[in-house]
Amino acid sequence: MTAHETPGFWRHYVFSTDHKMIAKQYYFTALVMAVFAAVWSMLIRLQLALPGHTWPFLSKLFPGLYQEGVLLPERYLSLVTMHGTVMIFFVISLALVSSFGNFVIPLQVGARDMAYPFLNMLSYWTVVPACLLMLGSFFAPDGAAGSGWTAYPPLSALSEAAPGSGLGQTLWILAMALWIASFTMGGLNFITTILNLRARGMSMRRMPLATWTFFIASVIGILCFPALTAAAIMLLLDRVGATSFFLPSGLVVAGQLLSYRGGGGSPLLFQHLFWFLGHPEVYVLVLPALGIAFDVLAAGARRPVYGYHTSIWALIVVAVLSMIVWGHHMFVSGMNPYVGEYFSIATVTITAPFAVLAMNMVGTLWRAEIRLNTALLYALAMIAAIGVGGIGGIFLATATSDIYLHNSYFVVGHFHLMIAVVTFFGIFAGTYHWFPKLFGRMLNEALGRLHFWLTVPAVIVGFVAMHLLGMAGEQRHLYDPTAYAFLQPVQWLNVFISVVLGVAAAAQFVFLGNLFYSMFFGAPASENPWEATTLEWTTPSPAPHGNWPGEVPTVYCEPYEYRTGDDPHGYRSQATPGAKPPAAEPLPQAAR
Amino acid sequence: MTGAAMTVADDGSREPWGEERRGPYPIGLGVVLVTVAMLFSAFTAALLVRRTGADWTPLPLPPILWVNTVVLLISSGAVEAARLRQGRAGTDTWLGVALGLGALFLLGQLAAWRSFVQQGVLLRTGPHPAFFYLLSGVHGAHILGGIGVLGWTLHRARRGAYGPTRHTGLTHAAIYWHFMGAVWLWLLAVLAVL
Repeated sequence: MTAHETPGFWRHYVFSTDHKMIAKQYYFTALVMAVFAAVWSMLIRLQLALPGHTWPFLSKLFPGLYQEGVLLPERYLSLVTMHGTVMIFFVISLALVSSFGNFVIPLQVGARDMAYPFLNMLSYWTVVPACLLMLGSFFAPDGAAGSGWTAYPPLSALSEAAPGSGLGQTLWILAMALWIASFTMGGLNFITTILNLRARGMSMRRMPLATWTFFIASVIGILCFPALTAAAIMLLLDRVGATSFFLPSGLVVAGQLLSYRGGGGSPLLFQHLFWFLGHPEVYVLVLPALGIAFDVLAAGARRPVYGYHTSIWALIVVAVLSMIVWGHHMFVSGMNPYVGEYFSIATVTITAPFAVLAMNMVGTLWRAEIRLNTALLYALAMIAAIGVGGIGGIFLATATSDIYLHNSYFVVGHFHLMIAVVTFFGIFAGTYHWFPKLFGRMLNEALGRLHFWLTVPAVIVGFVAMHLLGMAGEQRHLYDPTAYAFLQPVQWLNVFISVVLGVAAAAQFVFLGNLFYSMFFGAPASENPWEATTLEWTTPSPAPHGNWPGEVPTVYCEPYEYRTGDDPHGYRSQATPGAKPPAAEPLPQAAR
Repeated sequence: MTGAAMTVADDGSREPWGEERRGPYPIGLGVVLVTVAMLFSAFTAALLVRRTGADWTPLPLPPILWVNTVVLLISSGAVEAARLRQGRAGTDTWLGVALGLGALFLLGQLAAWRSFVQQGVLLRTGPHPAFFYLLSGVHGAHILGGIGVLGWTLHRARRGAYGPTRHTGLTHAAIYWHFMGAVWLWLLAVLAVL
């Protein structure tokens, strides 16, 4: 069989080495995991809105979680833990980075496939057992892992510490170890493909920003994920080998002093190792969302990306800073005030390159000829979400305000805006933008807009409201807020948040309906339905095996040549030969 | 930075494309080595923090470790001898020697573990032995992977896959093996000297 001949059923759909099929596998795996994580989030919101209420039918549906219609408090913590872990690592990471990265990179750089197709397949088939182990955590005798998505010891290191610290936690650690292995293989593939398999003429300075962000995210991952591998191995040894890497002396569990262990370990050490991965991971997710938004904005606004080169530099600065600010998650964990000061300053510094990126997004819209489709709507909404979410970040970056806000709903609201709302908008923008290339059909535009208007206001209002709860003093991981007199006056906010987020969750049925209907019955897509300039739009939709039926195109210009040539309404594909067209016409005096 | 010299040609051919590039393997190997280096850096950082604990009492390491270290260094020399031969006669012999010594190193590491166990020093005995078991174990896993790579390289060398102009696989196997040798020296310094 030659390298790019069409393979048989098993090699095509199951053990595929074609980056486009692997991208789809990742996408649908993420979709399945998202359904689980979304259901858990709704159970959490139900509990927070109506803490004393009994739900007999939920006892029947989830007998392990509910007893006599009441959600068990320890299972509430499991739900919070699993919702966070699965959403971050098994939904957003898989859909945004693994799926879109796999699909877009070879098509945008002009490669026939990834550099290591077999490793690519291996990477997917490593994440499948990781997903199963993570879900299997719920079948552990004392419940799923319950120590939060950050898995801080001693809760995560002692199986007798709490319900959920037993087998469920062990499965959680094993699933995370497999996930890191898979993601490292993926990152290796992304980096090698981008550095080595670019088409003739595709210099790094001509690469679309989506691919740039996948590249930077992979570099961050390669540098930071090994820290969690190390932490996971040590945590596992603390659990099964009776070591005390992270377990301090004098631990008392259920009134009993733990004397059979050496003790002397440092829970703080785990926190450092975890956040050395944990904070950069946020950027591994957010940066590709921004990259996708840049591609979508340029095509929708019919303008070259404003400050294409400065955006690349800003992305690189964000990436470097993301790796040296992890301590801002630990201001209240115990830290030399001077170190805290450093982490505050370094974190606030990130706002500078981030502001450059957001301003470049807004600048791209200047004198635009907007073609408002669903993908562009989501890219625009992302700018809003970055603005709202970013403001909260400044308060959390500053130690003085963070010490009050730490572990409150202010934090929950902030990180949901940044790594749930921004990233999901990136996933939706990417889905609406590349769906024609993925499946050869168009998504329904009316259903897309319905999905947009039901989702966007609800999630932004819902998560902003969480900031208010946090300022009123509501802690995260709280099973029953009404148990505290000082929180009773703001309980209405919890009800409100549950209602609006419930609407947003229900709206996802519109998305799923649109997705599956259009996959089979959507209008057939042309080669370049958005009249976009990057290389993936120079091949038929869906892209054939080997990506281009004939020769791989040669690249002649930068990625976003919209309305820059002689024809003020035209666009120039990167694969169009000829001299570089003149720069965009100068602004009229009045507009300067 | 001015003038025609730095101008990208119309098709961007200032950079080498296609056949002129060195292939994906050097980049792939670089990424692997960076990942491994970051993993052991994280372990080292953890050790540096943990050794400040009141219960940190370093135990004398089993003396066989020094023999193992010499075995691993000679094995690196053998790999280098194979690499310099670039597929000519003797390549496979030297690779075989390196592979055998690598396996001997692993057996020696197991003997070191056994000697600790016989003294009653276990994982739970204290943080220093725990780090010894942890670091030698994770390093041993990487050596095991390296033995697999050497085995594959030996198999290819026997089939005449390498020559003066095509020895990428051989060179990369050698780089990985040297790298893991250097990591072992580093770990030994961290465990025995600190």
